[in-house]
Amino acid sequence: MAGQAEAHGEGSGLVFHPLDQFKITRLFGEGPIEWYTPTNVTLWMALAALAIVVVFVFGSRGRALVPSRIQSLGEVAYSFIYKMVEDVTGHDGVKYFPWIMTLFLFILFANMLGLLPMSFTPTSHIAVTAVLGFGVFFFVTLLGLFKHGFHFLGLFWMSDAPLILRPVIAIIEVISYFVRPVSHSIRLAGNIMAGHAVIKVFAGFAAIALISPVSIVAITAIYGLEVLVAFIQAYVFTILTCVYLKDALHPGH
Amino acid sequence: MTATTTTTEVATDVAHVAEKAGMPQLDFSTFPNQIFWLVVTLLVIYFVLSRIALPRIASVLAMRAGTITNDLAAAAELKNKALASEKAYQDALVQARNEANKIVADAKADMQKDLNKEIAKADADIAARAVESEKSIGEIRAGAADAITQVAKDTAKELIAALGGSADARAITAAVTARLKG
Repeated sequence: MAGQAEAHGEGSGLVFHPLDQFKITRLFGEGPIEWYTPTNVTLWMALAALAIVVVFVFGSRGRALVPSRIQSLGEVAYSFIYKMVEDVTGHDGVKYFPWIMTLFLFILFANMLGLLPMSFTPTSHIAVTAVLGFGVFFFVTLLGLFKHGFHFLGLFWMSDAPLILRPVIAIIEVISYFVRPVSHSIRLAGNIMAGHAVIKVFAGFAAIALISPVSIVAITAIYGLEVLVAFIQAYVFTILTCVYLKDALHPGH
Repeated sequence: MTATTTTTEVATDVAHVAEKAGMPQLDFSTFPNQIFWLVVTLLVIYFVLSRIALPRIASVLAMRAGTITNDLAAAAELKNKALASEKAYQDALVQARNEANKIVADAKADMQKDLNKEIAKADADIAARAVESEKSIGEIRAGAADAITQVAKDTAKELIAALGGSADARAITAAVTARLKG
């Protein structure tokens, strides 16, 4: 609240608050933010879920042989992710397709809705992406151990490398394996946060009459880039999830 | 009491500083809230997708693929039919042409035969008439020769009589015949 007052209270001078847009606030009333408090996180996640329902449930309501535009959108997304899962993980990965579709659509819709002016982007928060990233990590690790037991550790043991190098490679492989969830989650949050912050910084410059045209052109250009990033990050997160899942299902290289 | 106040003050101070300068992303007090709502949202999306949306879209896609396959098969069948009927048409055309050629050839042959027959008949007729004409010319010629002999005999007899002689008829004939031969 204090930050907001400060942001609105600025009368003179150039004051940037590029990170204010990431603040988590209560939707109703005053008070501390408990785990159950409805916040702007709740609102924008609910809107993402609602948008998904609109496109994928109401859009496909007609079950038309010749699809309407919105039904076509749902079908394209379905085919896109289904093909990705099948291509990367193989046929036995298809049963995890609904979860991967959930991840993809949640990230995509949260990113896209976050590009609306005055909105809030849940995927710009490391807490959210870390839950996603570590969730995927623990799931595929446990799945690999459960399915293959000790053989799952063969993932780290390059049997086609020279024997003397294998322990070294194994150490590197283990480190890179445990870095996966960190990079997986920070990549998403970092990209989204950086883009939004840059737009905000340029928006701050737009207050100066002399450079405001440049600033507005820059905002427009970066906004276009951010639309691309919103999609690409959802895609990257999803395809990496598929790759990790493939490692769990088929640990042999 | 004082210790508590100090701690609280320090805590608020730290929180204030964090709020002012730090990133909202690193405000750990909001983490449980975010994680809770994230899990709720993901479960909602998962159930909506896995129970309603994905099976429905899968069935629509399968239905469409089936329809397209059937339509393609039907189209192929119709194309084969069209090709077959075109072939039949071409065959009929070729056959009709052959028949027409045969009829023309037959007609030509018949006409040739009739013509040959007529020509042969006409030739025979002409030959017969030529023989007849030859015969009548021969007769005429023979008649003329006889008449000349007769006239020569008569003339010779008359000449002899006019010159005051009398001649034997046989001698005159022999002389005239000898003369006509020479």
